[in-house]
Amino acid sequence: MADILQVTDLETQFKTREGVIHAVNGVNFSLKEGETLGIVGESGCGKSVSMMSLLRLIPNPPGKVLAGKALFENQDLLSISDNEVRKVRGSKISVVFQDPMTSFNPVLTIGDQVSEPFRVHSDASKTDALDRAVKYIDLVGIPNPRERLNDYPHQFSGGMRQRAMIAMGLICEPKILIADEPTTALDVTIQAQIVELVKRLQNELGMSIIWITHDLGIIAGLADRVNVMYGGYIVETAPVKDLYKNPQHPYTIGLLGSLPRMDSSEYRRLTSIDGLPPILLEKPNYCCFEPRCRFAVDKCRNMNPGLLQVEGEGHFAACWVNPKTGKEYA
Amino acid sequence: MMSENNILLKVDNLVKLFPIKKGSLFSRNAGYVHAVDGVSFNIYQGETLGLVGESGCGKSTTGRTILQLYPPTSGSVWFNGEDLAVLQGKKLRQKRRQLQMIFQDPYASLNPRMTVAQIIGEPMEIHKTFQGEAKLKRVRELLELVGLNPTFINRYPHEFSGGQRQRIGIARALALEPKLIVCDEPISALDVSIQAQVVNLLEDLQQKMGLTYLFIAHDLSMVRHISNRIAVMYLGKIVELADRNELYADPRHPYAQALLSAIPFPDPFIEETRKRIILEGDVPSPVNPPSGCRFRTRCRYAKEICSVEDPELKEIKPGHSVACHF
Repeated sequence: MADILQVTDLETQFKTREGVIHAVNGVNFSLKEGETLGIVGESGCGKSVSMMSLLRLIPNPPGKVLAGKALFENQDLLSISDNEVRKVRGSKISVVFQDPMTSFNPVLTIGDQVSEPFRVHSDASKTDALDRAVKYIDLVGIPNPRERLNDYPHQFSGGMRQRAMIAMGLICEPKILIADEPTTALDVTIQAQIVELVKRLQNELGMSIIWITHDLGIIAGLADRVNVMYGGYIVETAPVKDLYKNPQHPYTIGLLGSLPRMDSSEYRRLTSIDGLPPILLEKPNYCCFEPRCRFAVDKCRNMNPGLLQVEGEGHFAACWVNPKTGKEYA
Repeated sequence: MMSENNILLKVDNLVKLFPIKKGSLFSRNAGYVHAVDGVSFNIYQGETLGLVGESGCGKSTTGRTILQLYPPTSGSVWFNGEDLAVLQGKKLRQKRRQLQMIFQDPYASLNPRMTVAQIIGEPMEIHKTFQGEAKLKRVRELLELVGLNPTFINRYPHEFSGGQRQRIGIARALALEPKLIVCDEPISALDVSIQAQVVNLLEDLQQKMGLTYLFIAHDLSMVRHISNRIAVMYLGKIVELADRNELYADPRHPYAQALLSAIPFPDPFIEETRKRIILEGDVPSPVNPPSGCRFRTRCRYAKEICSVEDPELKEIKPGHSVACHF
């Protein structure tokens, strides 16, 4: 299938009192039509910032997108005018944010907020937009959609609010839905509801999804392809099964090892990754996982590995060392 | 390990209601939040009892009521042959030395204006176990024990990362050499790779010091990893209690079944073949819990009797109890 979005060499920085934080340091990836791409990493690894950068949602100052291209429908989202990007954002590419408790405006009704993107992006009247909102609120499984239009966000539970967020994200029938940790604030049973819902909607509407999360469990059943991020870089990218069966970057291996397995009744001590994630006060010209890595060799301290093809099609890892043998790639 | 003599803590029909106040000047009670509603269980010496459930099910309130941080509305908490619920003042304070707590949020549970030495030393000062130079020596020992550099004692909490702060919280809980530690979601606020560090530390400390844990969490995979037995809570009641492997292999309560099936596995091959039980709707409000069985509004198997009679927690196999009519 064809690529719908191509991101190349994306770099984003933030000016802070302590210095410049190099949050995203050259990220390359592409998204295919109808594909679900998972982006996994810990807090501060640049997963949300890279997505917000390509939608031009990084406040400047303190943030700044330094370089990069994001090709979508023959347009570079990073170089077109603010007006043009506004036409894409919310209509062709929409975002579902993490916290359903704070991402709604508490003094506007659910109906107003869910229908707003459609009103902004078409010349529909308010009643038409509300009718359309009813359709999407129904689609995400909220009972009595017509009556709930006049409710305020506080009258919805967390799971319902997240459903309403998804309805808002879908109302313009986007080509790409970016879900930024949409279930992190929810309980597991509600999380399961939302995941099933998104899978069903993707089947019905055929959009591409970028799902940002720190949870390797949820992404296993959801994504076609996974990018693992660390220190502002993509350190591994692979089709989902290859990544879990045959992880190649020491960080991915460590992450998978630090999760308890539910499918065996035997006790196994968790393998933790020692140390702490990096503070990115300089753009690293070395591998930033090196201080926590048990495979590290001299080369890792002097040269940053780019994404290298490893065994398996479409499987790339940014590491000098083959973790299976513990030796450098020849 | 599981005999009557080995019971460290016995919780008997514990109830905690929070009144809801209406009006400001002449305030009156407008009802109660039924946070914990008749919970009974034992914790045996040296074990880890996991307490799981979704937000608002009363698991944290249970933990805090056990420590008498909230006075229980009724019921008793037997610890070493004494009922903590009737103890007061000095006597309660002395008992509490043996019961400590690790909190969820490592950012909010450490006073930002106190140094590490003051934070970890405070319990020793209150209970006059160590003072002066001996106290500082003990603080350094504790720091080393939880895997922090002992030279950090004059630093402030903001100089530490989340995982390191949680280690400080653990050191503080260990300062009085407690028997039982209530861990209230100690890893929920941490990154995945740091979670494993803290869980391993808790396991090591348990081995070294013979600690008993009540481990409260909503992450069932981690709870299963660390616990010997697990209690599942729903709306203020325990619906199922069993050995860790037993619960995961053979969950009997419909809620426990749904909860387990909702956990995502970090394995795409298993995920492909799994059938999920998707629960309808949300958890009802604990102000007005449903009559009879509290889960009946979302239960696939609910029948007439469920709305009339509240099922008791009954033992169906040795060590496996369920509260369900079916």
